Amino acid sequence: MLKLEDCIIHNGTFELSADLSVAEHARVAVIGPSGAGKSTLIEAIAGFLPVATGQITWKGTDITDTPPGSRPLTMLFQEDNLFPHLSVAQNVGLGISPKLRLSSEDQGAIKQALDRVGLSGMNTRKPSQLSGGQRSRAALARVLVQRRDLLLLDEPFAALGPALRAEMLDLVQELCEETGATLLMISHAPEDARRIAGECILVADGEAQPPRETMALLDNPPRALRDYLG
Amino acid sequence: MADRAQPVSATPGKIVAALVATVIFGALVAVALRAEAGRGLGAPDWAALRFTVLQATLSAFFSVTLAIPLARALARRRFQGRRVLIALLGAPFILPVIVAVLGLIAVFGRAGWVSGILGLVGLPPVQIYGLHGVVLAHVFFNLPLATRLILQGWQEIPGERFRLAAQLGVDGWAMFRFIEVPMLMRVVPSILAVIFAICLTSFAVALTLGGGPKATTIELAIYQAFRFDFDLGRAAMLSGVQLALTIVAGALALWLAKGDGFGTGLDRHVRRWDGQAALARYGDGTVTVLAAGFLLLPMLAMALNGLPTILDLPSQVFSAALTSIVVASISTLLLLTMALPMTAAIAQGRGGALELAGILGLAASPLVIGTGLFILIRPWGNPLAWALPVTALVNAITVLPFALRVLVPRARDVVARQGRLALSLDMQGWPFLRHVLLPRLKPQIGFAAGLAAALSMGDLGVITLFADADVATLPLQVYRLMGAYRMDTAAGAALLLLILSFGAFWLLDRGGRAHAEA
Repeated sequence: MLKLEDCIIHNGTFELSADLSVAEHARVAVIGPSGAGKSTLIEAIAGFLPVATGQITWKGTDITDTPPGSRPLTMLFQEDNLFPHLSVAQNVGLGISPKLRLSSEDQGAIKQALDRVGLSGMNTRKPSQLSGGQRSRAALARVLVQRRDLLLLDEPFAALGPALRAEMLDLVQELCEETGATLLMISHAPEDARRIAGECILVADGEAQPPRETMALLDNPPRALRDYLG
Repeated sequence: MADRAQPVSATPGKIVAALVATVIFGALVAVALRAEAGRGLGAPDWAALRFTVLQATLSAFFSVTLAIPLARALARRRFQGRRVLIALLGAPFILPVIVAVLGLIAVFGRAGWVSGILGLVGLPPVQIYGLHGVVLAHVFFNLPLATRLILQGWQEIPGERFRLAAQLGVDGWAMFRFIEVPMLMRVVPSILAVIFAICLTSFAVALTLGGGPKATTIELAIYQAFRFDFDLGRAAMLSGVQLALTIVAGALALWLAKGDGFGTGLDRHVRRWDGQAALARYGDGTVTVLAAGFLLLPMLAMALNGLPTILDLPSQVFSAALTSIVVASISTLLLLTMALPMTAAIAQGRGGALELAGILGLAASPLVIGTGLFILIRPWGNPLAWALPVTALVNAITVLPFALRVLVPRARDVVARQGRLALSLDMQGWPFLRHVLLPRLKPQIGFAAGLAAALSMGDLGVITLFADADVATLPLQVYRLMGAYRMDTAAGAALLLLILSFGAFWLLDRGGRAHAEA
């Protein structure tokens, strides 16, 4: 279980409070108006923003002060999820070894991951030689080899068209089911939340609320969410 | 609570910056303690001060005045070779001073081309030594710089304004007055100040073309106090004067340049409709050809004089060349050792004090730092034995501000775009440097290393303070050959120096750009 206990997070002058928990293997969407603090919440969980008070635990272990790379999680950003000067295989390999010391066994795992996301034979390509969708797939291949408990998505597919975005979300759902990872994803589109997330965290008015059932929340939205959904 | 996480530790950068600041301040304190301020400035010192300011004023004035029509021609004309010419305008930055001086002597000297032509019509030969020679050489070096900076001002005028002017039929003088003069009023004062500041610290030009009581700069006076009188007190006092002068001029230049960006692209195409009259076209053509001739002929003359002797140089030239290659290599390594950790720290926003340490090298001239280091080393050992390490170090410190200017913006960009991804993959410290920052900075590292190698290879500054008769870098060897009136051999050695400097720059810059991905 991921637990945020009485957390206060500062991002510049903005302040967000969170007191909530997310069950293991859950798939949770983070929704709310623009500027409400969705990214602030995700970045604090990932370790890019310090928590002013309170603590974050994963399966009972305190990770509040753990550096980002040592947390049991992996994150995909809105953009720049691949290093442009490294090949696809190297980018995926970084998920296994940050020093890029890769055994032949690791190379096998990389190939397998690329096959799984539908990028067979693209090992040596550079990100600039891939389409937008293929780049997302390469980043997901890295998520696959990282084998972390928790996957955070900060709208990595926002720049893709609707059909491609749905395709990527389906792939994410499959990967989560296969690996048992817990998913936390920021979303602007309620249909995305309905598509793969059983629960939603509503972020509004400086507070991240505990997860609620997606269908119930979206069918009967509270005022802050209603204003946003229109 | 921990700070925002950072991919690389800022500590090495801070340590290096502290060391750089210690060397510079240590040298300055040594100078200050040794200076015999009570003695005051003697008549020769006042003369040196007056000459320094006079030649810098004239050099700045002529460089900018001549640069305006050239920049105007380059701004509104498109012709074959325009790009090459603009690129060539950047070359004097890494051109060894002694090479340029030999070229200028070959064209404008007593036995040069100009005197030869004058002789044909029965006129006496021209003289290059003295004030006008010093100013001529400074214009040779700074006219290109001024042109590039003014050209940038021209290209920052929005294209829409030229379009509007074309529609209203504004041309020629009216165009100049209403659109171009306001731009010049904005950029010219800071360019004047920059060139004035550069010329204040000029040493090698004054050493080779000046001299004598009437044409001695303060830097040259420091050298003479050192070499001829071994009067450390006077050298230190003059260093203090020089330092005050540089700081005032530098502050003035910085203040006038407020917010003016240097170094953006010079190839932006602004469509122009004006200046199509025949007179304007011929005028621009003449200006361009004259300027190109002024900049290229000395190089051509030097190369022609050097070609016959370059294959037949005495062995001490080759050993000096070897020394120069070693010094330049060490200097380049030193520069990267200083610049890269500082870049990493500054790029992650631990800037302030570090950036200040980075530009300290501009405030104190190499000769002043050299004087200070000489005073510091003397109680412990023979400074002459330290000639080459000190030269390499001072050269590296001199290039540091330029290197940081090249490296930091790109590094900031890399950290901003890829820092978090690296952190999320646990690529802290060495893995981040090795797989992300250094590969992404490769072109900039190559360029900075090229600058360091070329400038160090061609430097004729600190080495003159420290070197005894047995030690010489190639520029010093060229200078000694000139002093012995062996001009042909000097030209050959200078050609070798030119090849080494530009070759080193080309190799490193090229190496940095090879396989670099967008």
